[in-house]
Order: sequence, then C-alpha cells, then structure tokens
Amino acid sequence: MIKTTIARKVAMALSGLFLILFLGQHFTINITSVFSDKMFNFLSHFMGNNPVVQFILQPVLIFGVVFHFIMGFILEIKNYKSRSVKYISFNGSANASWVSRNMIISGIVVLSFLGLHFYDFWVPEMNYKYVEFLPQDPDRYYEELVHKFHSPVRVAIYALSFIFLSLHLFHGFSSSFQSMGLNNKYSRGIKLFTVAFSLVIPAGFIFIAIFHHLNL
Amino acid sequence: MNLKLKIWRQANAEAKGEIVTYNISDVSPDMSFLEMMDMHNEQLIETGEDPVAFDHDCREGICGMCSMFINGEAHGPDRLVTTCQLHMRKFKDGDTITIEPFRADAFPVIKDLAVDRSAFDRIQQAGGFVSVNTSGNTQDANAIPIDKHDADKAFDAATCIGCGACVASCKNASAMLFVSAKVSQYSLLPQGKVEATDRVLNMVNQMDEEGFGNCTNTGACEVECPKGISLENIARMNREYMSASLKG
Repeated sequence: MIKTTIARKVAMALSGLFLILFLGQHFTINITSVFSDKMFNFLSHFMGNNPVVQFILQPVLIFGVVFHFIMGFILEIKNYKSRSVKYISFNGSANASWVSRNMIISGIVVLSFLGLHFYDFWVPEMNYKYVEFLPQDPDRYYEELVHKFHSPVRVAIYALSFIFLSLHLFHGFSSSFQSMGLNNKYSRGIKLFTVAFSLVIPAGFIFIAIFHHLNL
Repeated sequence: MNLKLKIWRQANAEAKGEIVTYNISDVSPDMSFLEMMDMHNEQLIETGEDPVAFDHDCREGICGMCSMFINGEAHGPDRLVTTCQLHMRKFKDGDTITIEPFRADAFPVIKDLAVDRSAFDRIQQAGGFVSVNTSGNTQDANAIPIDKHDADKAFDAATCIGCGACVASCKNASAMLFVSAKVSQYSLLPQGKVEATDRVLNMVNQMDEEGFGNCTNTGACEVECPKGISLENIARMNREYMSASLKG
C-alpha cells in the first residue's frame, strides 16, 4: 500500500510526529515526579488503569513505534542498495550535518534503549496487572520509579540514550514537516521549535533520572 | 602546479574499475578543471595509454553534461558551479585530487568517469512537458497573465540542468531534487496546471522504477546543486503528490 518513495516519507513523518506527541505527554507526567510523588502516582495510576489508555491508545502507540522503526529499516536498506558501488572519497560533512546523515545510528540507539525501557517498566507493569493479577495499589509508582534509578549504570545508559534521542529529534522533527510538504514562512519557526524541543525534552528526562538517583 | 590525480578507471560497464594514480605537472591555476583533464589526456595519448573518458559539452555551465565527483563532492569544492566552471586555482600545488564518476545504481558507469544518466530522460518523458497544440493555433504564452512570484519560482526551478549532482551528492542517491524541479517548473504555471495530477504521479513512479533512493532531507543536494535549486521544490512535489494520490 505504501510503496512510493514519497508515500513512505510521509508515513515516516506522520508516525514520527505521533511519537513526538507521545514523548511530550510522557515527559509531562514524568516531570511531576520531581515536584510531587502524589501527583505522579495519581497520573501514573490513571494512565495505567484507564481502559481507553490501556486498550486503545497503548496498542496504537506500540503500532506507531513498530511501524516507525520497521519503515526506517526498509528505507535504509533501499537507500543502501541504491548505490551498490560506494565512493572512494565521500565528503558528506561538506554539505550535510552528521545528524541528518546518521538517523539510522541515532534511531538504533533509541530503539535499543526502548528495549531496556520496556524491560524496566512496561514488562513488570504488564506482569503486575495482567499475569499475576495483583491488587491495585495507587501509591506504588513513585517508589518503583526511584528504585529503578538507584543504579548509576542505568542512569548513565538512560542519559546516553537521551543524547541520541536529542540528535534524532534535532533532524527528524523539522524534517517531518518538509516531508509533508511544508516549506514556507513558518519553516524557520518550526526549526527553532525543533531545536528547543530536542534540547529541553531529552535534557529534562536526563534531569529526572539524575534527580532520583541522587535522591534529591 | 604539480598534482597527484587519483582517477577512477573502468574499461566498460561490465568491467571492474579501480583507482589509478597519475602525476601531472605544469598545471596553470587559470585552467578550468576540464582543461586540466584535457592536458592529462594528451599526456596519456602521447605515452600510448587510453585517455580518461569523461562527459563534457558546452563548458559554460549550462548543458549539465560534466559530471565528476571531485574530492568527495559533486562538481568539486566550489559552490554553484559545474565541473567545467571549476578552476584549478581552487587547488594548491602538491594536492592530491580524487576523481570519481557520479555514483548511483540508476547512473551506471559507461566508461571511466562517464555515466549513463538516461534515467533522467525517462523521468522527463513520463510527464515533464505540457501538451500543446502546435498546429498553428497555439496561444501566445505571454497572453496569459501570470503572478510574478509564481513566474520567478517556475523560472528558478527551470534552471535545473539535469546534471545529476543532486543524486551524486545524496547519501541515498535520491533524485528528488531533480524531479521536484521539473514538476515545479510546470505546476507553478497555468499552462502546466492542467496536467499537474498525472505529471507528478507519473514522474514519481518513473523515478522509483529507475531505482533511485529515498530522500531523507539531509539537504546535501541543495548545497551541491550548481544551479541552487531549492528544497522548497521537494516540499511542493510532496504536496502535489499527496494531493494527486488522494484524487486518484
């Protein structure tokens, strides 16, 4: 169905923007853990038990993630095959940023991080609710979050992953608008917002991890 | 100037090519790059060697025939120029210059530095035209009022010479800048709007059939384009393609 190069570009852009929206929502909830454990517990309990979130939005999100990285790999393979004999000398930095040329690298790091993140939070959550059928406890989320960030190794991995997420967003966010055909007087504003978003959100996630690690 | 040239030599499309190193002396800084290549070929002929095959024609930067990948960049290190307009003053005495053909599976090597860019011709034939009655009743194009803003943008797009530097520079070997320039130059004008839907669908489909890669918006094509074709054209083509797809 999505066969032509432009249709695939647009599909990548739309799925990427959807994941950016989710990222903003995820950050909004997580940052409350810095200010109020009660607020974080309340929001986490709501997100974890609301049937619309659990059985409609969560599957859509998982589909969005899987679609984005599978389509990313499909495009990367096609692009690689489009030049089977490589240049002896290719000065890519002369005309394009490292970030824009290496979305596959930043994407693979973020994907690997997602594996760890699912292992850390999503798998135990699914196990708690749908395998062991443990009783609801609206006050457990904050402690579980803090506990995960006891390990300095985990905090370091999180921080490194969010640096790569920042790089991925730095090109991907504004690029998605170009893919969807938006290149006009608003493009400069979109680029500025992209820079701000790709710095503030990943830095905020790193701050949350360090904050709980240091038990401030 | 004395230079070391590392040139891609390939006997024909099927042969396995390799980089061959040559030393060349007494190169004038005022020579164009192609004149330097001519001088090098004369020396090769004098020694009984096969001269280096490379594409060239007008040598004025307007025909789009020259197509060398010089030191890792299409048309070399200068901006907004074709290889024929690149001059040796851009290099220093003792420099090593690596010269390769434009690389893409859709641009197979014919010999040495000459590549087959007929894929661009087939894309153009798929829709890069307006169907006009040439029986003698043709309406004067100047009789149709056109917004100056649109006319300027169409003209900018029409300055694409189809050299293929966009494909050569793109890490994905994508032809989006070329195709978008050709789509834009017609779709911005009233004469071209009539066939705009079929044009964009047919040209994009042909582009995909030729085996070019996907655009990932690195912007390398725009930087290396000798005519400064803007990425704005790619955005316009994407809009037109989505709109045309929805119309069916």
